[in-house]
Amino acid sequence: MSDFAEAAVALSPQNSPGWLGELQQQGRNEWQVTPLPTRKTEAWKYTSLHPLSSGDFLRWAPAKNKFTDVNRLRPFYAIEGLDAARLVFINGHFNAALSSSDFAEGLEVLRFAEADEAQRQVIQESLGSIADRSEHPFAALNDSWIEEGLFIRVAANTRIDKPLHVIYLTTEQAEAFSVQQRLFVELESGAELSLIEHFASTEEAQNSFTNALTELRLQANARLHHYRLQLEEEQALHIGGVHVDLQRDALYDGFHLGLGGRLKRIDVVVNHNGSGAHCDLNGVYLPRHEQHIDYHTCIEHRVPHCTTEENFRGIIGERARAVFNGRIHIHKDAQKTNAQLNNRNLLTSREAEIDTKPELEIYADDVQCAHGATIAQLEEKSLYYLQSRGIARREAEVMLSFGFINELINRVNEPALQDYLRPILSELFVEDAR
Amino acid sequence: MLSIKDLHASVSGKEILKGLSLEVKPGEVHAIMGPNGSGKSTLGHVLSGRDNYEATSGSVEFLGKDLLAMEDIEERAREGLFLAFQYPVEIPGVSNMEFLKASVDAVREHRGEEPMDSIQFMKLAREKCKAVNLDDKFLKRGVNEGFSGGEKKRNELMQMMLLEPKLAILDETDSGLDIDALQVVAEGVNAMRNKERSFVLVTHYQRLLDYIQPDVVHVLADGRIVKTGDKNLALELEEKGYGWIEQEVA
Repeated sequence: MSDFAEAAVALSPQNSPGWLGELQQQGRNEWQVTPLPTRKTEAWKYTSLHPLSSGDFLRWAPAKNKFTDVNRLRPFYAIEGLDAARLVFINGHFNAALSSSDFAEGLEVLRFAEADEAQRQVIQESLGSIADRSEHPFAALNDSWIEEGLFIRVAANTRIDKPLHVIYLTTEQAEAFSVQQRLFVELESGAELSLIEHFASTEEAQNSFTNALTELRLQANARLHHYRLQLEEEQALHIGGVHVDLQRDALYDGFHLGLGGRLKRIDVVVNHNGSGAHCDLNGVYLPRHEQHIDYHTCIEHRVPHCTTEENFRGIIGERARAVFNGRIHIHKDAQKTNAQLNNRNLLTSREAEIDTKPELEIYADDVQCAHGATIAQLEEKSLYYLQSRGIARREAEVMLSFGFINELINRVNEPALQDYLRPILSELFVEDAR
Repeated sequence: MLSIKDLHASVSGKEILKGLSLEVKPGEVHAIMGPNGSGKSTLGHVLSGRDNYEATSGSVEFLGKDLLAMEDIEERAREGLFLAFQYPVEIPGVSNMEFLKASVDAVREHRGEEPMDSIQFMKLAREKCKAVNLDDKFLKRGVNEGFSGGEKKRNELMQMMLLEPKLAILDETDSGLDIDALQVVAEGVNAMRNKERSFVLVTHYQRLLDYIQPDVVHVLADGRIVKTGDKNLALELEEKGYGWIEQEVA
C-alpha cells in the first residue's frame, strides 16, 4: 500500500454520526484491498495521481473561513436569473445561512446529520447501492470518509418546477485540505427534477482536493435533468463520480462541464436497469495552460429496449491534456438497444494532447450502435468565410471554438444556465487568443 | 475601381488563371460567363485572398491600392471587397446574428465608425431579412446551418446589404435558384446599384442577366478573358453555347 493510500484511510471523519460507521468500515476495507491506481492501471493510464501523492491534502478544513461575512461568497456561485432552491457547502461544511430552508411540496431535502431513525435506515440502504466501490477506488475512499451529505427525494408523480442548485464552494486555506461531498438523489416513479451540481472556488490560489460522489436513482418513468459544473480554479484537485440507476422508462438528461486543473478526473456511470430507459449524456471539457482533465464514461445496457445518446466535446489548448474514455457495454440480454457515442476534439495548439478512446462492447446481436471520435483543428474554410466578411483571424478562431461547444450549451434546458455559462466560456477563448 | 492586368494564379500549385485582364469602373456591372473549369470561381477567391490561391504574376489594383499586397483576407474585406460564395459555409454553434454583428462591427471600425448597439443592429438585420425575403428566425440559427440552397444565397445577399461593399463579386449566386428567389437576388442587387458601387456577376446562365442588366459581358475560357461585349453577347452565348468562341479563339 502506498504512503498516500495508507495516510488517506487513516484520515477519519470529524463529526461523523455513528450510524454511518458501517459504511465507513466497508469503504476502508475496500480501499485497503484495492491497489492505488497507477499509470499501469488501464482506467488510469493517462492520469497520474502524483499531485496527491505527497499526502499534503489529508486534513479537513476548519468550519470557519476568512469570509466572515458569508454574503461575500455569493458572487462566486450566483447564477443570475436562476430561480432555484439552493444548498451551499463551503469547504465541505454545510452553510445554513446561504441555503434555502423551504422546499417545494414533494421535494425532500435531508442532511445526513438531521436524519431520524427511519430516515437513517433509508439512507443506509441507499448509499453505495449504485456506485460500485470495487471498481472505483475513490468511491470507496468517499465511503470511508463519509460524514456530511445530502439525501434528496422527490415524491412520486411530482414535478419540481424550480431547479435545485447545490453548490460546493472551496476557499483558500492556510494549509491544503480535503473536501468530502456526498449526494444521493431518489426520484420516485414519475417524478421530475432539475439538479445543478456546481463546484466553484473563490480565488486562484486553491489548495483543496475534492472527492465528490453522487448517486442518482430514477424509478420508473422519472426524469432528471442533471447539470454538473466543475468550474473550480485550476489549482484545485477534483476526483468525482456520478453513478446513475435507471429503472423502466426513466430519463437521465445529463450535462457535464469541466474546466481543467492540476488533476481533474470524473467518472460517469449510467446503468440501464429497466427497459425503455433513455440516457442523454452531453459533456464539454476545456483544459488549457498545463491542465489535465479526464472524463471516463461508462454506459451499462443491461436490459432490452434502452437508448443512449452521448456527445462529449473538448477544446484543448496550450500544453494541456485531456482524456476521454467512453465505454458502452451492451449485455447479452440488452436486445434492441440503440446507443450512439460521439466524441469530438479540437486542439488549438501543437503541444495540446487528447487521448480519446470510445469503446463498444456488445454481447447482444440485435442492436444499433455507433461510436466515433475525431480530433481536428479549426476548419480552414470556415475561418476563410468569416475573414472574408472582415472578421480578424484571431476573432474568427475564437468564434469557431466557442461555436463548437455552444452547440452543446444550446441543449441545456435552463436558459439562465446557458446565459451564465456562455460568457464564462467565451472569456476563456478570448484569453487564449491573447 | 478594379484593374486586373495579366493576372496569373495557381491553386495548390496548378495554374488556373493564365493572363487575365479586367477593368471595372465605379458603378459598372460586369458579367463573367464561361464554361466549367475556366477559372471563374478561382478569380473570386484570388481576389479575396484565400489560402492556396496564389497570384504568381500580374497586378490587381483595387481603389488605387495594390490588392495583392494586402496579406490578410479580412483587410481586403474591410477595404470594401465582398465575395458572395457559391457554396456558403455552414457554421453550427455560431449564431447568424452574432456573425453578422461581428462582421459589420469590424468593417465599421475600419471605416472609423462607431460599432452599432445591439438593438439598433437587430432592427437593421430584421429589415434586411425582409428585403431578401428571409424569415428573421434565421438570424437566431447557426450561420447557414441547415439552410436550403436558396436560403444560403439570400443570406449572402443580406450580408452584402449590411456590409455595403464598394465592389461585390457574386459567384454563381443564381445557381440552383428558382425564378422567385432569382428575382429577390436581382432586386437586391439592383437596389444597391449606384454610381460608386460596382458588381462582378459570375454566372453560367444568361437568365440572371434578364433581371440585372450588365454594362459589360466577358467570356472567360482557359484562364483568360477571350471575348468582351455588351449584354447581347450573353444572349448569343445562351443561343450558341461556348463552342464557337473557343473555336474563334483557337
